[in-house]
Amino acid sequence: MSPAIRIEQVSKRFGSVQALDRVGLEINQGEFFGLLGPNGAGKTTLISALAGLVRADSGRLRVMDKDVQADYRAARRQLGVVPQELVFDPFFSVRESLQIQSGYFGIVDNDAWIDEILENLGLTSKAGANMRMLSGGMKRRVLVAQALVHRPPVIVLDEPTAGVDVELRQTLWAFIRRLNEAGHTIVLTTHYLEEAEMLCNRIAMLKAGRIVALDTTSNLLRRFSSHSLRLRIDRSLPDDLRAAATESGGWWSLPFDAFDEVETLLARVRAAGCGITELEIGKPDLEEVFVRVMQGSPSGQD
Amino acid sequence: MRGGFSTLLYKEVLRFWKVAAQTVAAPVLTALLYLLIFSHVLEGHVKIHGIAYTAFLIPGLVIMSVLQNAFANSSSSLIQSKVTGNIVFVLLPPISYLEFFAAYVLAAVVRGCVVGGGVLLATLWFAPLGFAEPWWILIFAVLGGAILGSLGVIAGIWAEKFDQLAAFQNFLIMPLTFLSGVFYSVHSLPPFWQQLSHWNPVFYMIDGFRHGFFGVSDASPWLSLAVVAACFAILTVFTLNLLKSGYKLRA
Ligand SMILES: Nc1ncnc2c1ncn2[C@@H]1O[C@H](COP(=O)(O)OP(=O)(O)OP(=O)(O)O)[C@@H](O)[C@H]1O
Ligand SMILES: [Mg+2]
Repeated sequence: MSPAIRIEQVSKRFGSVQALDRVGLEINQGEFFGLLGPNGAGKTTLISALAGLVRADSGRLRVMDKDVQADYRAARRQLGVVPQELVFDPFFSVRESLQIQSGYFGIVDNDAWIDEILENLGLTSKAGANMRMLSGGMKRRVLVAQALVHRPPVIVLDEPTAGVDVELRQTLWAFIRRLNEAGHTIVLTTHYLEEAEMLCNRIAMLKAGRIVALDTTSNLLRRFSSHSLRLRIDRSLPDDLRAAATESGGWWSLPFDAFDEVETLLARVRAAGCGITELEIGKPDLEEVFVRVMQGSPSGQD
Repeated sequence: MRGGFSTLLYKEVLRFWKVAAQTVAAPVLTALLYLLIFSHVLEGHVKIHGIAYTAFLIPGLVIMSVLQNAFANSSSSLIQSKVTGNIVFVLLPPISYLEFFAAYVLAAVVRGCVVGGGVLLATLWFAPLGFAEPWWILIFAVLGGAILGSLGVIAGIWAEKFDQLAAFQNFLIMPLTFLSGVFYSVHSLPPFWQQLSHWNPVFYMIDGFRHGFFGVSDASPWLSLAVVAACFAILTVFTLNLLKSGYKLRA
């Protein structure tokens, strides 16, 4: 089975900015893939290169084994992109927008599928409304719908939940998950790391146009984050414990690998005569992974 | 709606039709005002090729409206899409460069001909008009509209702001259309200006178009057809290459 997306040595420069620097990446069919990175890391540029909105200076990109330049028409049929910018055509209603978008892909009678998308995105009651009249979140839903009209096997969502309420997030992810279970490959960028942690089975992290980490979500969590015992105590931590600990906002954080270490740690704290006022167990999280990868301490490059 | 081309054409036509008051009625009214003013001043004083001035003026106003509105349609649609960002909706689908070009240009021709038809209907009552060789009317309306529609595509792609587009329109399109014999026969000009007019392709569009009504014109309609067809061919090749290069559309 060919990969859903194959990116080889792709570079792109805008003036003095190296937006992408020899990016290589393969995403398999059926994956739920996360593309993470700080503002300006190059996520949108990479997606745009994939969609043919931006031309890579060098390197090659393929979607479902179709080259995005040489075989652009076939490649674009395989790809549905939800753009980051909240764009819409003020001349048309929601349904008209979706019908027109279907027509661009050569699909004549798409109303059954359009109805299904509208239903799944909670847009049914807005079908006849003019795009101008919709709220920002509603416009975002229509953008998602527009990306799906041609049932693309590969769906790329560039920050689809920016500025979107809890309800839509939940309906959106439920819908996208169903599409993923039905075999669609999903690529997602987001700044909500808990969202990525929950949804993505594999993650790439971009920094200044380079991939600085690429692994399964569970491996990343294992490698760059750990459980921690978090304590608020009435005096300072003893020196021997302090070496491994970090402090912020009055909380001490002591990392550990296995749960039976907790007892020993607590015993040592007690032995030092500290009174514990609050206690919690922190789970490994993607935010910690992200911060550590971006600080560049351990090399995340595989 | 079948392929990318027919859908894009449909969308472009629907786009101007939804705001027809602004895109159709307003230019018809403008042309009508020109007619009222110029014919009031000049009727009875001027005859051209033995034709009464108002009758001479009407086809000029019609084709001028065709040309200006064809340009306005493709250029304003493209720049609006670029500025608002919804141009991605046509850049993401598998629409070929040729389909893209053909749809925008044909929609421009439709808008031009709808406005031109409106001007003709609104002005028909002011003077007796013959339709001596009607196929010329059709040929020059379509080809002229297509040329200005292509220029509109180029301008819409090139311009990044509305005022750049306005400059293109005010300093290139307007002078070319006004100084090409809409309001007069170039034969009435001093020799230098007469010579210069023959280098203006818009002159041939107007002259050929008018020939369809009266069967007489400054230049042979066949020469006009050759010039206009050559212009369209050159613009087509140029615009297709521009689109293919991704200039300003695909960074
Ligand atoms: N069309 C463009 N012209 C010039 N520079 C650009 C262009 N597009 C992107 N850049 C630059 O390329 C870099 C990468 O931008 P990109 O939009 O890909 O980042 P991103 O990872 O999507 O960021 P964000 O999380 O803010 O969306 C930035 O420095 C940006 O300023
Ligand atoms: Mg971005």
